[in-house]
Amino acid sequence: MNAPVILDRRRVLAGGGALIVSFSLTGAFAEEKSPPGVVTAPKPPGSLKDAPLLDSWIRIEADGKITAFTGKAELGQGFKTAFQQIAAEQLDIPFASLTVVTADTHRTANEGYTSGSHSMQDSGTAILNAAAQARALLVAEAARRLDLPEDTLRTENGAVIAPDGRRLGYGDLVAGDMLHVQAQPTSKLKDPASFGIMGQPVPRLDIPNKVTGGAAYVQDMRPPGMVHARIVRPPSYGAQLTACDTAAVEKMPGVVKVVRDGNFLAVVATKEFLAVKAMRALSAAAQWKETASLPKQDDLLHVLATGLPSQDSVIFQHSNPSAVGRKTLEATYTRPYQSHGSIGPSCAVAQLVDDAMTVWTHTQGVYPDRQGIAEMLHMPQPSVRLIHVEGSGCYGHNGADDVAADAALIARELPGVPVRVQWMREQEHSWEPYGPAMVTKLKASLDENGAIADWNFEVWSNTHSMRPGGAGCLLAAQHIAQPFAVPPAKPLPLPEGGGDRNAIPIYTFPNAHVVHHFLPDMPLRISAMRGLGAYHNVFSIESFMSELALAAGADPVAFRLKHLDDPRGRDVVMKAAEGFGWREGQKAPPGHGYGFAFARYKNLAAYCAIATEIEVNRETGQPRLLRAVAAVDSGQAVNPDGLANQIEGAIMQSMSWTLFESVTFDDTRITSIDWQTYPILRFNSAPDSIDVHIINRPGLPFLGSGETGQGPAAASIANAIADATGKRLRNLPLTRKRIKDAIDA
Amino acid sequence: MMTLKVNGKDHVVDADPDTPLLYVLRDDLKLNAAKFGCGLGQCGACTVIVDGKAVLSCVTPLLLLDGKQVTTLEGLGTIEAPAPIQRAFMEEQAAQCGYCISGMMMRAQALLQRNSKPTDAQIRAELQPNLCRCGTHMRIMRAVHRASRLMDSADASPVIQRSAP
Repeated sequence: MNAPVILDRRRVLAGGGALIVSFSLTGAFAEEKSPPGVVTAPKPPGSLKDAPLLDSWIRIEADGKITAFTGKAELGQGFKTAFQQIAAEQLDIPFASLTVVTADTHRTANEGYTSGSHSMQDSGTAILNAAAQARALLVAEAARRLDLPEDTLRTENGAVIAPDGRRLGYGDLVAGDMLHVQAQPTSKLKDPASFGIMGQPVPRLDIPNKVTGGAAYVQDMRPPGMVHARIVRPPSYGAQLTACDTAAVEKMPGVVKVVRDGNFLAVVATKEFLAVKAMRALSAAAQWKETASLPKQDDLLHVLATGLPSQDSVIFQHSNPSAVGRKTLEATYTRPYQSHGSIGPSCAVAQLVDDAMTVWTHTQGVYPDRQGIAEMLHMPQPSVRLIHVEGSGCYGHNGADDVAADAALIARELPGVPVRVQWMREQEHSWEPYGPAMVTKLKASLDENGAIADWNFEVWSNTHSMRPGGAGCLLAAQHIAQPFAVPPAKPLPLPEGGGDRNAIPIYTFPNAHVVHHFLPDMPLRISAMRGLGAYHNVFSIESFMSELALAAGADPVAFRLKHLDDPRGRDVVMKAAEGFGWREGQKAPPGHGYGFAFARYKNLAAYCAIATEIEVNRETGQPRLLRAVAAVDSGQAVNPDGLANQIEGAIMQSMSWTLFESVTFDDTRITSIDWQTYPILRFNSAPDSIDVHIINRPGLPFLGSGETGQGPAAASIANAIADATGKRLRNLPLTRKRIKDAIDA
Repeated sequence: MMTLKVNGKDHVVDADPDTPLLYVLRDDLKLNAAKFGCGLGQCGACTVIVDGKAVLSCVTPLLLLDGKQVTTLEGLGTIEAPAPIQRAFMEEQAAQCGYCISGMMMRAQALLQRNSKPTDAQIRAELQPNLCRCGTHMRIMRAVHRASRLMDSADASPVIQRSAP
């Protein structure tokens, strides 16, 4: 590891911090071409590259109080605890002696959205390096004061310690602006072998409060004088409010105000249930003109693959004419629209005080959501503050941003008064932006040795992000009398991609051709859902790999390894197979099936392989997962129990999507509006066991693991069902009825 | 006006008799644990215990609670002195977002009060009405088994949390 280059702050500032001359750089570090004689400084790692001041991440007060800051939002993944572990480790302070502040537009760096399994990679890396560099600055200051060489000093328990035992506490050492300096491109990180906090299964900080009824969520906020609002949403996309006599509602007990602005309709009351009752009355009074605009739910294959205009691009092409296929397989896989299905409907609290709007929100992106809300309110962004407060798990872009906008719009009508808006269940289910429906068509040939000679993959999909940014992404802004137009959809760029996320195979094939058919038109409101396109693309690729293995007469695990060069990928595949007790040529007991699947999320984040055993009741078609064994490599594991929890959850949630879930609609309205009409997994579907094996990579970069299990879990289950029944199901969800129909066919 | 017994105390509540218990707990009594999830009795996030039985507070109107004992998660214990079920959920780290967890714990508590040694199958059957979206089911079941063991030990020692060295 390189020694830190500690620059004098004045010199850095004088140089603007952008160009630092004459580092000895290897070509690998120099990202951009520079004029001769001047070497552009490499950027510091993680989110430090966008927010390079150390005190954006770590602050130390004169009294020794230490705070770490992240622009990411805790959504139940547990990273707040992991970040505290990272900062404590690199600063050499006790775990409990610092606090972590999360996303707040007035306090933390702008780290965009908490999405794409980026939190550890972006923010965790920034905190890791900022903490290490802060420690180095403290040591340098102690060396100056003690007149001793830095390498004679050590740090421990929040102090720098000299060989003779003299101690200088961090609070004593820190001068006013010591940490207000640009981060350096490299840090003197601790040797992972010396870690005492990173790598330990530290209990999550938030759990004690959550299991004892503490105020833990934005839903639990009760600022003095708070009122309760409810929205009356249109009954369908594009519905126009033609008439609404609000007089009777305004006279109802507790009603403070009815807010009507175009198609935006809401009611405010002093107590929550009075607001619910008033909402029901207002809903009954509202008359809407609706338009039948939805596609045929039972024909999504044709709607997507032929019915909508598409922008086609070849995203991967590799040719080796010497490889010749002998036996060709083709398959088409479909995924319906699916809901995030947060257990707690979206909620926000907003208050306008002296022309400044504050919104407490469970958004995944305080800065971009602020931009949208400020634009909607025609307010300058600095006058709007968004503070993240936890909500129910979101798993992507649910109603969080929308309800924050609802609350701000209503709070503007009631200056000084905190307004809490709670969506109802049916509003969350019918108005959240869904995970987009997708179609994939695969075609591949096996050569005479049973290896894949050519591979063709085509995917049809909408974008997978319609997040704000602009106000046009917010429902309230779309519904007001002077509406903001929904911005045109854009495909998310590779290498991460959106609909084409994980569309490029990780396997090595002599010939491969991958096409992304991007569909700009969005018949249903859609946006980011955990894993984006990777869920369906990995489901398709990994189902097809097992189909090909069967056709080749090969074991599914051996067949994957035969085409997989990536050594970390191979390790994960072998670890999951070993943990499962996978044996080549094994046969599951009657009515049971074994499945296997693997992916590296985005082809650049965490690796995950999952082996499953499923039992299928041949009389009813009912499947039940008996056991799942996962292996995961997400680089350096900071909190192994938190990582295991994420993978366990990914398997359960992906199983729910895969076996049960599809958004339903008629030609006008969404009809899956609650848990009766949108069933998800319940306890009777929980397996007997889930084992997660972590392949720790001490000292290697954090890879991010929140979404890596979604695709492999789906395909592993599908493969196990195929093994149990002899029938291949390619249309999600793999419902009991579809399995039964396949068995009977 | 009616008097409602919650967590061993009488509360005079000024709410319409058709008000669901959930809103009274959250809005009038400022209790956080019972959660609004669906308002339809479909998800269990609002589960509390009434006279020893798990009840969906979002669909239970106030008028049905006259003279009955309501227990919420707050009534079981505190961070400093957690009940066995709370300690078990901490020790198993049985939460992700945790929004469903209060309801899970109350339903599990009601089960353990009438059957201190439930089988895995009994736990599954009991928790069937409660939804968890993060997929924490395996940990929740482990936590219920652990709570059962903790309740068994008469001198349940204080919470020992794994902590960083």
